[in-house]
Amino acid sequence: MHSVPSVRTYVTIWAILTVMTFATYYIAQIDLGQWNIVIALLIAFFKMSLVIFFFMNLKAESPLTKLFAAGGFFWMILLLGQFFVDYMSRTWMPGGKMW
Amino acid sequence: MADSHGAVAEHAEHSPHLRHHFDSMEQQFDSATLGMWVFLLTEIMFFGGMFGAYTVYRSMYPEAFASTSLHMNPAFGAANTAVLIVSSLTMALAVRSARLGSNKALQIFLVLTMIFGIAFLVIKGFEYHEHWVDNKVPLFPDQWHHWDYSNDAEHPHQAQFGRQAQILFCFYFFMTGFHAVHMLVGVGIMITILMMARRGVFSHKYFTPVEISGLYWHFVDIVWIFLFPLLYLIGNARKLI
Repeated sequence: MHSVPSVRTYVTIWAILTVMTFATYYIAQIDLGQWNIVIALLIAFFKMSLVIFFFMNLKAESPLTKLFAAGGFFWMILLLGQFFVDYMSRTWMPGGKMW
Repeated sequence: MADSHGAVAEHAEHSPHLRHHFDSMEQQFDSATLGMWVFLLTEIMFFGGMFGAYTVYRSMYPEAFASTSLHMNPAFGAANTAVLIVSSLTMALAVRSARLGSNKALQIFLVLTMIFGIAFLVIKGFEYHEHWVDNKVPLFPDQWHHWDYSNDAEHPHQAQFGRQAQILFCFYFFMTGFHAVHMLVGVGIMITILMMARRGVFSHKYFTPVEISGLYWHFVDIVWIFLFPLLYLIGNARKLI
């Protein structure tokens, strides 16, 4: 039906995820200004990709399932994009930078 | 099975797990997986709304969020991240065992996943208790004066953050709370799958429920991967406030 990934693959992915968790923690202790949140989110997205493609085995799923998974993120981007376009353009409100 | 039309011969050659409206086990498996992904998409939107609201308020009150985040305990958060990632590993190995038809290994990995899931909830419980003792639960208006930091000589700027600090704690309790509910449901699913495995339901030909339960478990892990840096770590580099 589907190929079965090896135990070594899973353990490697787990090790990378754990290292990335420590990286998230320690990088957050350094003041990088606006880059703190950028790096934190980049690491989080990288960790998410590892979980989705390897643990959830999306790369072995049918093209239709892949399309649906991608569609979920597309709608998410639409949702958050509209959110931010709205609030970032409300000049009479405090804040306004994504920081 | 369910029909009484004497179609026994028709059933003889295929798996008893194959439903009538599917052509093959592969099609049935792909349909179940697709259905689970559709459910997970609704979950992405559910948590996505909260992440969106969080971002809006954080952009409005960046200093308040950064200083309030210092009241979270990153040790708990980091420990829980590690526990969840290990549970995702054992879940992935459970699915792998099911695919290979190793029922014994499947049960062991399911129990391990359940233990790590419960460990996560216990750590979360200690953490909630700490916030409760510190009056950080934004439920009781008569306690809100504790949020006023105006007498704190070391943090004179925090006087203005009393009310805004509650916003971050509201997000904290809603987001981690809904995540914890998902974990509870996940543990319930693990118990169900474990009982099915003990009855010998699964084989290398039929493991769909294990597979889609794994998808759910990994999704809940992904939500935490984002919650950890966004709730616990936003103020650590900014001790200026």
